[in-house]
Amino acid sequence: MFANPKYSHNFAKQSTFKMTDQQEQISALKDIRKMMERSSRFISLSGLSGVGAGISALVGAFLAQRELDRFGNSRFGDARAYAPGVSGETDLEFNLICIALGVLVAALSSGFLFTWLRARRGGLPLWDRTTRNMLVNLFIPLFAGGCFVLSLLVNNSGLVAPACLIFYGLSLINASKYTLTDIRYLGFLEVILGIINLIFPALGLIFWTIGFGILHILYGTVMYFKYERKST
Amino acid sequence: MKNPIESLNKIFDSRIRLGVMSVLMVNERINFNDLKQMLELTDGNLASHLSTLEQAALISVHKAFVGKKTNTTYQATEAGRLAFKNHLDALEKMIKNIS
Repeated sequence: MFANPKYSHNFAKQSTFKMTDQQEQISALKDIRKMMERSSRFISLSGLSGVGAGISALVGAFLAQRELDRFGNSRFGDARAYAPGVSGETDLEFNLICIALGVLVAALSSGFLFTWLRARRGGLPLWDRTTRNMLVNLFIPLFAGGCFVLSLLVNNSGLVAPACLIFYGLSLINASKYTLTDIRYLGFLEVILGIINLIFPALGLIFWTIGFGILHILYGTVMYFKYERKST
Repeated sequence: MKNPIESLNKIFDSRIRLGVMSVLMVNERINFNDLKQMLELTDGNLASHLSTLEQAALISVHKAFVGKKTNTTYQATEAGRLAFKNHLDALEKMIKNIS
């Protein structure tokens, strides 16, 4: 794509403009724009990854609610009702943690799969410095948030869901500098949702489902139609 | 009116050198292999264009060692940034004049 030096050497000597010169300049500008974008941002992120993660979250939330119902919580039951030690006979916590891990694995693998497919279709490397930059900047706040949420779990705080949403939103905002800028607005939405959730802490699972399930699916669909449909 | 063609920098006639400068405008420092991967070039081809840019003082080269391997990084100089910006302005003007 850059190997066309012979041709462009000639135009400077010509005294009149020709159509091909203009096309040459336009294509040079396009190349510049493409290289700037491709070298600084990870652009293979697929909207379908978001849809996959959202569906995993919805299924997980449904399973978690079923566990809670079986334990006798009301749908909007207060957070303390399923605290560890409430009943020695139930393995509710264990089941919930299994569900959470299952959601994590399903979301990460579908995220990886669709992004890998898109990178392959676009002929771009999946792992290069843009991927590295994006992941490093995503995981700095996410790791801090993960530690924070773990300590909330150990201390039986009911603020797990808002903490997840806020830290996840901040991670997305941080990573958005290194990938598609749309991610930034998804980050804002997650943070706002997390803050509203602070006012209604007992509705944690509902907010969590909206933030990780519904928002991901909506956003993924919009991104898919915006960036991927036209290029296929 | 000044002919905008005169403002075009000859050194950027090459698409490869133009590509290298584009990458260096948005990445503060970048090493040889990342550059090679992004521009999809061979070692020799990229090296010769990099040395042209270095001789024109548009980029600076930093050599360091990671273990026993050399890690050479490249950075656009102030002069390089300015030259690239002027080149873009000239390109833009030319396109506007014709259309």
